[in-house]
Amino acid sequence: MYLYSITFYIFSLVAILSALMVISARNPVHSVLFLILSFVNASGLFVLLGAEFLAMILVVVYVGAVAVLFLFVVMMLDINFVKLREGFLQYLPFGALLGVVLIVELGILFLTKSFSENSLSLFVQSPQINEVENTKLIGQVLYTDYFYLFQISGLILLVAMVGSITLTLRDRGQVKRQNISSQNFIDAKNAIEKKKIKLGEGI
Amino acid sequence: MLNNLIYIFFVPEVTLAILAVACLMYGLFSKKNAFNKSTNFATLSLLFSTILIYFDFSTNFALFDSFFSNTEFTKFFKILTTLGAAISLIISKNYFIESKINKFEIPTLLLFSTLGMLIMISSKNLMIMYLAIELQSLSLYVVASIKRNSIESAESGVKYFILGALSSGILLYGFSLIYGFTGHTSFEGIAISLVEIDNLPIGLIFGLVFVLVGLAFKVSAVPFHMWTPDVYEGAPTSITAFFAIVPKLAAIALIFRFCLEPFGKFYFEWTQVIFFLSVASMFLGAIAAIAQKNLKRLLAYSSIGHVGYVLIALVSASDQGLKSASIYMFIYLVMNIAVFSIILSLKKSDSYVEKINSLSGLSKSNPVISASLAIIMLSMAGIPPFIGFFGKFYVFIAAIESQLYILAVLGVLASVISAFYYLRIIKGMYFDEPDDHQTYEFTISSESKVILFILMILITFFILYPSLLTNVVSSISL
Repeated sequence: MYLYSITFYIFSLVAILSALMVISARNPVHSVLFLILSFVNASGLFVLLGAEFLAMILVVVYVGAVAVLFLFVVMMLDINFVKLREGFLQYLPFGALLGVVLIVELGILFLTKSFSENSLSLFVQSPQINEVENTKLIGQVLYTDYFYLFQISGLILLVAMVGSITLTLRDRGQVKRQNISSQNFIDAKNAIEKKKIKLGEGI
Repeated sequence: MLNNLIYIFFVPEVTLAILAVACLMYGLFSKKNAFNKSTNFATLSLLFSTILIYFDFSTNFALFDSFFSNTEFTKFFKILTTLGAAISLIISKNYFIESKINKFEIPTLLLFSTLGMLIMISSKNLMIMYLAIELQSLSLYVVASIKRNSIESAESGVKYFILGALSSGILLYGFSLIYGFTGHTSFEGIAISLVEIDNLPIGLIFGLVFVLVGLAFKVSAVPFHMWTPDVYEGAPTSITAFFAIVPKLAAIALIFRFCLEPFGKFYFEWTQVIFFLSVASMFLGAIAAIAQKNLKRLLAYSSIGHVGYVLIALVSASDQGLKSASIYMFIYLVMNIAVFSIILSLKKSDSYVEKINSLSGLSKSNPVISASLAIIMLSMAGIPPFIGFFGKFYVFIAAIESQLYILAVLGVLASVISAFYYLRIIKGMYFDEPDDHQTYEFTISSESKVILFILMILITFFILYPSLLTNVVSSISL
């Protein structure tokens, strides 16, 4: 149990610290790298909870796809982030005030009985995570009970693909594309033209 | 087993999904006239799925029973949706070709969007509800910004996308709260878990309100209507026609089913919210439309107002309310198709008419068109002999039967205010002198001419035979 607590505190501490670094690092590339670190630690927390499928998805989707995409955008776009940050601190008092108000309000809400643990556990029984791994459980229902949902998600992805191609692909008509087969089938007879040039006149 | 496999193709959603993918392939591989061909294909497949929905072979298909409801109400709205989509494709085909936005992806995306709406209408589970809404609106975001070189079109697409994404986020938050407090995602499960409770826990009220906010975005009810006028104005008119005609039907059907099925017992919790949405939409739709100069913006505000009237029927939370809402949406569909089929074919000096004051003097050069437009406008204002009157009439009756006298009175007041801007269009056509001497040109394909003719007869002479609609609707229940 000690080991569990120690791992939990290490993961959550690193996650929070790196999240802080995301917003305070001067170099945007560093921010994105800290973001990745924060994601990885969050997925470690999920593993501790026994939700290993969610942990893997978090790594694959957020670290593998989203953060790398962020990195690409940050590196490719020539945005002057230092200039964007100028005068950022002058909003700090006002923002802090709003934050304090929000925290107090949330505290009042959660201290009342309506959000107490009892009112939730009235209805929800979480599945026993120790008996079957949840990847297996998800696999058992995803293609059977939830097949309809699965298919509609597929259609949504198809629409996203068709839509992005429709909006971005433009045929300019003057692009010279390489045609390898025609290059290979070229013949010296067709490619080279002999011309007789009269002496002293040039072409 | 084999029998079941064959039956799967009679489920309209399955057939429409297959046809939509086929439409994509057909458009992609046809070298010439890809847009023409795929539009015809899409229209035919929509009409085919209308037939499938009407004959309803799929009731034995119990496999997805927990996600899929099939009642007279959903059937009625599904038929309206597919028919509306098919007709809006027919009337806007010429406009697409003339304004050179003839990409074959448009009919394909509209097919996918219609499929999303069908799933939305018959959804019986929070998860399927969310996925259907996403499928429906993702396709619409793309078609809103389809005119790439026009900055207005891009603006409308981005606005629609950002606000739509925001509303989806709010919707999901509501779903998660509802799931957390009831432990169910299916409508039946939620209703069963609420049987023993007398007061909704505060978390569930939060969830309910969040979901209603998300749905109000989709039906564009005030105060979540901001995107509607901008999107309607910026998108190409043919896309605006689709926006005005079809998605509202699905969203209205969904908001009715979501309120009445899982939370029917707690109607006093959500009727306050819907009451406010309804009154605000009616009045804002009526008052804000007065200042508009653009015809498309005006129709956007008019559709916001219409949504307000339909929501009156929801507040009444009765069987009569359900029936009157079905009647209202049918009539809304008829009037909108008619008005857009005219706007989509009326040109003035080689550009399509979009400004209200460019209609001035239309009655002198095109008396038939201006007379039809005048009849449609009178009908939209709800003036008696025409069809629009009956929509409002049945909604107000439903309100009065549920003792919602204040709501009925407010509705009548808003409809008087809204009559002003409908009448202003008629005044412009008949009494204003044309400011210039450009000629109007009315080019309409023969199919849309037939559609317009039938709709005009329906609008004008519905009073002679209203039982045509009321008989159909009388069997509707959730």
